[in-house]
Formats: sequence, C-alpha cells, structure tokens
Amino acid sequence: MKPAPLDHVRATGLDHAIETLVAAGEDAKILAGGQSLVPLLAMRLAQPTTLVDLGGLRELDYIRDDGDTLEIGAMTRSRTVETSPVVAGAVPLLPAALRYVGHVTIRNRGTIGGSAAHADPAAEVPSVLRALDAELIASGPRGPRTIAARDFFDSFLLTTLEPDEILTAIRIPRQPSGSVVAVEEFARRHGDFALVAVLGAAHIDSSGRIAEVRISIAGAAPTPVRADAAERLLVGRTPTPELVRAAAAAASDATDPGSDIHAPADYRRTLATVLTRRCLTRLVADTERTEAA
Amino acid sequence: MSTPTRTGRNVSMTVNGEAVDRHVDPRRTLSDFLRKDCGATGVHVGCEHGVCGACTVLLDGRTARSCCTLAVQAEGSEITTVEGLADGGELHPLQEAFWKHHGLQCGFCTPGILLTVTELLAGNPDPTDDEIREGISGNICRCTGYQFIVDAVRDAAEILRGTGTGTGTGTGTDPTR
Repeated sequence: MKPAPLDHVRATGLDHAIETLVAAGEDAKILAGGQSLVPLLAMRLAQPTTLVDLGGLRELDYIRDDGDTLEIGAMTRSRTVETSPVVAGAVPLLPAALRYVGHVTIRNRGTIGGSAAHADPAAEVPSVLRALDAELIASGPRGPRTIAARDFFDSFLLTTLEPDEILTAIRIPRQPSGSVVAVEEFARRHGDFALVAVLGAAHIDSSGRIAEVRISIAGAAPTPVRADAAERLLVGRTPTPELVRAAAAAASDATDPGSDIHAPADYRRTLATVLTRRCLTRLVADTERTEAA
Repeated sequence: MSTPTRTGRNVSMTVNGEAVDRHVDPRRTLSDFLRKDCGATGVHVGCEHGVCGACTVLLDGRTARSCCTLAVQAEGSEITTVEGLADGGELHPLQEAFWKHHGLQCGFCTPGILLTVTELLAGNPDPTDDEIREGISGNICRCTGYQFIVDAVRDAAEILRGTGTGTGTGTGTDPTR
C-alpha cells in the first residue's frame, strides 16, 4: 500500500504546469487535492512517472459570481465551495450535493476540479455539472478551450480532456431565483460512494406549473446521466403523483447501470426509479412550503 | 527513510509547533513522513486509502487524511497530530472525556477521532448526537460500538463550552439533546 516511485513537480504557474505535463509525456498525472489519486497510487492502480502538483496555484483557487454565471477555479477545495454563501445563492444544487461527497475531512482537501476531472460516474460533482449544463475550461499547449459538460464526461473515469490539457475552471449558469433543489442518495454508509444518487433542481411558477426541471443520476451508467426524457414529461405540467411516477420511470429508462460486488444492475435501475420519485416529490413539497411561508 | 528511487525533495513544515525540514522521496505519504521522519507515532496508519480515518491530522487547522496526502503536498503547512493536543502532562479536555467515558478500547482509531472531533467542535460547539455521529462517520472504530465515543464527545463539548462540569453519566439517551 505504498505508491510506486515517482517524480514530483510543484507547478509555479499554469504555464509551468502545462510545460511540465508536455515534457513528462503521457505517463504524467495531474495532482490536485489527491483525495482520489493518492489512494489509486497507494493501491498502484495508477503508476505515473511524474506528478504535476497544482497545489501551489493560488490563481486556480477562486469563486467568482459574474451575474449570469458562477465561475469556480479548479483548485478550489470542495469544502470551500460547499460553505460559500456566493455558491449557495447562485447554484444551490452544488452545495446540496457536496454534502454527500465523502466526509468533511475529504472535502477539506479534495478540489472541485479534481472531482470533475476524475470523472467517477458515482460521484456527485460530475452529476451537478451535467444537471446544470456547466462548462469546463481547460488549458493546454494550444491555448484554452471550453467544453460543455455533456461532451466532457466520456466514460468510466475518462473525460475528453487531452493528455496535455489541465482543467482550470468550471462555469455554471446561475439557477433561476426561487429554484428548489433536492439530492436523494442511497449509499451503504454515510460518506460512501452512492450506489445511485439522483440530483434534481426545479423552478415551479406561481400557477403551480413546472417552468424548469433538471434531473441527473449518478452511479447508474459509465457517465453521469441526464434524464432529458423525464424532464420533457414534466416541463409545463402541474405535478401530480402520477406524473412524478411516469417521470421516475422515464429517468430510470435513461440509465445503463452495470453489475458489481455492491449491487446488480436491476437493483440500481430500481433505485433510480425510487430515488427520482423521492427527489421530485421533495422538489414539489419544498416549493409548496416556500410559497406558504 | 525509504530509499529515494526518484529525485528526492526537501520539505519544510511545522509539526506540533516545531519547524521540521527533511529530504523525502516524493512518494512518501504525509502519514509515513510524520511517523518515520518526525517520530509522531500517534499518527496511526490503518487502511492507507482514505477509508478508516485513523491517520487524520490537522493541516492548517483543518482535518486531512495524512495517508491520502503526500508529504510534498504539505510543504509550508502547519500540522497538528495527537501529540500536539495535550498541554505538557495535562490532557486536552477531549482526551480527558474519552478516558472518563471509556471512549476507547484498543485505542487505534482514537488519535484520528480526537482530531476529527476537534474540528467538529470548533465549527459546532453544541452538536446533537446525530451531528456527532455524522461527524465521526469517517472514522472507523472496531471496539466500542461508538456509543461511548458519542458520550465522550458530548461531555467534552459541554466542558469546552464552559457550561458544565462534565459529569454526564454517558447513557447516551439524554432526552434534552
């Protein structure tokens, strides 16, 4: 349980990090908070020759509210994002989901960019980015580029980042004011990876109709799943228990879970149905409560 | 120190108030660094992949899994291990409460739990039992069944708030909480 020998370069700036990454070749890995990578090193599931450590890049540690968009630097710690009033005001789904990421101790060190780039389909951050149509900004020797979340997550632990690119920031469109959010997750123990998690956000107008709804599912496919068909069923309609059940079934149909030692695929599909139903029920109830207040 | 098979690096940090400056292999985890290079053997190494919480330390005042942090990542930081809790021969009130309530048996998980709870109580000086249980949910204890740990934390919180004498009986069912 010790990492294999490796070289370590503490980047002094983004350009230095990119240069080092290019020079080290494809066996280099980027080290952010290390909460996913260091365990992989310890188990020798990853054996990079060089770690390019972004830990000293303060310029990637920021939260900026641009009005329509919230931009978060890739090296911002998860706990900082979770506890930021700016984030809570602009994109409340993100802190609601971050509470399920490991434990406080993990979130103190783990970064938002690291979680996105690690692309674990059972993780919450990728699902938030998918639900809210975030954009991911990467930099490489060919300059910066912007990647939509739907194009970013490629497969299990794989993104469409090039080997010489570094994720530098995440841009999330502001949720409409009056949005309600709900995260329903089933895990064996608090802080464990979700077997399945359903993340939802909705805006219900004054006439009680669903003006906007976003649903994404973690742990039920090789990438986070956006439940587009379920969203289409719901938009413009007044929620009823029957409608919620139909949407939950549609959400589950969008999943493509695998079987592993933790749960068979059918079980995960059932969880997707049940958790989507609970998530939507909570969104509706929270709206009613907000209006009554 | 392990054999440096790749380019070694110098790291400097403060460990329990003392400046340390060492040459390390970059793959050295912070937990091994603290135990083997700094003599802080109160840092317990359990699972070595971030699940058990035994190696928890404070890094710049916040908890960190020292097995999931490389020593080189802690460059320039201030580390507190369980050795840094007591004031000379005087136990920290949290340690005192664990002793009084039998919040440990074998003691392997205890250093990590003490530091986790230090952070918990700094942010929430009067936690409910549910909050205490959630707070220590990342620390695995295989001896006590957690009840005495929860009792100890509740009692320590009261002492640290300065509102009680810490004479709780530790039944864990106090309905006022």
